[in-house]
Amino acid sequence: MTLLSVDGLGIDFGGLTAVNDVGFSVSPGEIVSVIGPNGAGKTTLFNMISGVYQPQRGKVILDGADVTGLAPNRLAERGLSRTFQNLQIFQRMSVLENAMTGCHLRERGPVLSDLLSLPSSRRRSAVTRARATELLERVGLARASEREASSLSYGALKRLEIARALALEPRILLLDEPAAGCNAVETEEIDHLIAEVAKSGVAILLVEHDMKMVMRISRHIVVLDRGEKIAEGAPAAVSRDPKVIEAYLGTQSVEAGDAVG
Amino acid sequence: MPELLQYLLSGVTVGAVYALVALGFTLIYNASDVVNFAQGEFVMLGGMITFFAWQAGIPLPLAALLAILAAATIGVLLNKLAIEPARGAPVASLIIITIGASIFLRGSAQLVFDKQLHRFPSFSGDDPLRVFGATMLPQGLWVIAGAVAVFLVLWLFFARTLTGKAVLATANNRIAASLVGINPNHMMTLSFAVSAAIGALAGVLVTPITLTSYDLGVAMALKGFAAAMLGGMGVPAGALVGGLLLGLIEALTAGYVSSVYKDAVAFILILVILFARPQGLFGRKAMDRV
Amino acid sequence: MRLSQKHLTLIVLAVLVALAPAFFPSNFYYRIGALIFVNGLAVTGLVVLIGFAGQISLGHAGFAGIGAYACALAPGYLGLHPGLAMLLGAVLSGGVAWLIGRPILRLKGYYLAVATLGFGILVSMVLANEAKITGGPDGREVAELGLRSALASIGIGLSNAQFWYAATGLSMLAGAWIALNLHDSPSGRALRALHDSEVAARTVGVDVARLKLSAFVISAVYASLSGSLLALMNRFITPDVAGFLHSIELVTMTVFGGVGSVPGAILGAATLTLLPQALTVLQQYENLILGLIMMLVMIFMREGLLPSIMRRLKGKG
Repeated sequence: MTLLSVDGLGIDFGGLTAVNDVGFSVSPGEIVSVIGPNGAGKTTLFNMISGVYQPQRGKVILDGADVTGLAPNRLAERGLSRTFQNLQIFQRMSVLENAMTGCHLRERGPVLSDLLSLPSSRRRSAVTRARATELLERVGLARASEREASSLSYGALKRLEIARALALEPRILLLDEPAAGCNAVETEEIDHLIAEVAKSGVAILLVEHDMKMVMRISRHIVVLDRGEKIAEGAPAAVSRDPKVIEAYLGTQSVEAGDAVG
Repeated sequence: MPELLQYLLSGVTVGAVYALVALGFTLIYNASDVVNFAQGEFVMLGGMITFFAWQAGIPLPLAALLAILAAATIGVLLNKLAIEPARGAPVASLIIITIGASIFLRGSAQLVFDKQLHRFPSFSGDDPLRVFGATMLPQGLWVIAGAVAVFLVLWLFFARTLTGKAVLATANNRIAASLVGINPNHMMTLSFAVSAAIGALAGVLVTPITLTSYDLGVAMALKGFAAAMLGGMGVPAGALVGGLLLGLIEALTAGYVSSVYKDAVAFILILVILFARPQGLFGRKAMDRV
Repeated sequence: MRLSQKHLTLIVLAVLVALAPAFFPSNFYYRIGALIFVNGLAVTGLVVLIGFAGQISLGHAGFAGIGAYACALAPGYLGLHPGLAMLLGAVLSGGVAWLIGRPILRLKGYYLAVATLGFGILVSMVLANEAKITGGPDGREVAELGLRSALASIGIGLSNAQFWYAATGLSMLAGAWIALNLHDSPSGRALRALHDSEVAARTVGVDVARLKLSAFVISAVYASLSGSLLALMNRFITPDVAGFLHSIELVTMTVFGGVGSVPGAILGAATLTLLPQALTVLQQYENLILGLIMMLVMIFMREGLLPSIMRRLKGKG
């Protein structure tokens, strides 16, 4: 029942190995977290899986098909969606339009009908608008929907990105530090949201520095250090793994968590 | 064979001028991310100020020096009055500001000077030199020597001096540079002054061959920009190669194909090269960081 | 709410076009108005390309040249009616844009600028140098559109200047309507999205290359129609219509007025069409003042004339 599996994935930048021989798999409804110290290659791994970077080694298999190196928009068509560590919001668009753009695959149509504002074009927009409004409600941004996205707080932008990623109705969702920069209340909201989305059958791959959150919601954890996978397994087992503890500042245990900057 | 040599010689001469203008583009781009479309006006100012100073009785070398200093001052003023206040503006707005500056400088030149074509004497006479059956004006040698000297000095400046390394550091990463105590504003001022001076020098050197007038800046900016992009914007060596290549293609096309289509062939080649290498010949490949 | 903003913009533009003649001191002003509208049509296309999609072009006058010379040449060589020649020009421009757009739009920023610049220069050089066909740098005459006499025969009598004022004004309004439609449509959102973040646009499924190409083709058709109208109105055309300076002029108008806004760019076209006319009184100071105004507006109103004014009004209100 594996939805996404990654095998021997690797990439070098200018002779430096950023990620090497990383493999794991994610099933529908499962939350898998990738953790590791800064510079371990987590975001690079995400970029390879989502097609932003071309992997130089290894394979990405999505629902049985080899999708290694496919363009991000092709992967989106196959149900892969993601958020970004350092926000990639459409700054000059309204909050609602950001969420609507997430529905692009459902609302796109002939450019000519959009130019002439034909009934079919207006219908597509109306459907999307309703769906985007629903999603904004779900992440608690409904009241801000007409505001310019750039005017939102950091935490709100993080939630907007999640709403946009969900608008795609993904089968697998890659979340890159969704709770970074959020306060405790916001983090808990995001925590609930992720669990809820997973419950609906979406596979979730998560990079997150908030160890409490990772330990609480993940079924499976993959640990990276200097581009290599050093451990994987259930949260309890991983947090006791000596190799993992060593990777994180000496002897401090992983549950102390905040040492992970 | 003498024919080919002839075309090569004239191509290198024109190319040296393009290379100098392209260098001006590249230096300012490195310091500020601005493509300064007023760059061609400095070439015009170099020629025009030299001519009018010379006509007023100042000896030619002194007049040329005066012109270069004046252009450098105008470059600094342009930076202080128009570019620095617009820091952070959208790229398109910055382009329009420099185009506005170019129209403004042209308008000023037409007012302060006149709308005539002007020429001052060549530095070493006008008797053509014979080289293996081809001919070359001595002033052409001055142009080439000038370009070689500028690139050498600049190379030494970047490789050997602290200030030069500071300029490179700023181009590489402005925030990091300011963290180690480099003032990016000083680097910008310096770049505008040097770029303007180099443009003016090109104007001084080439005027005895091609003449000068108030409206020469547009064509110069166009060719200099194209040469800088051909080599890869932001790379001084790229400016040199891009400029020479552009000059050579023009001269060879004019000689062997058609003089009216010399610009066309140059631009077709630019298109072909950019399709193969979207970042120019020497440019670094940009990568999305997310 | 969004819908009403589109309609409000269109109504304001239409009222301005309709009422302006009431204040014209002489017939000459109909011509100035028509020139504004012709430029307004071209810059509306550039709003789609530069403002929505964020792709620069310094060569769009090349498409204006194709449109203009289609009207100048097709009636003589192909026996086409000038109106059909205008359509042919638009199809040709769209086709050329589609062909060259694919490789060119892979380039970014200033590299795209220099490639489009090269394209524009190629077109203007062909027009200037193939004198046997195009008439060369001196230009050539263009056939009469014939619509005015047709209108007269059904009882609508307009002077030549009035006719062209109306024809170009309606064309510009139609162009504005289409661009505003696009802005709030699925394709328009995708274009604006890829402008802000190409990576994010891709990850939500936007086919970035295809959409950029659409914007390029659309803006080329706008420029082509603008060139055709200019040729038919003047009954004469020179290769300058395709020249580098015309390309720069169009981009300047767009950015000056407000690159992301259709009415803004049209305001830019109006300002920069009128300004040189007004400055001719000052003769040799013309360039000086024009350059100064361009710099000052872009320094102090960096988003362009209209968006900056609107922001200030909102800020106070």
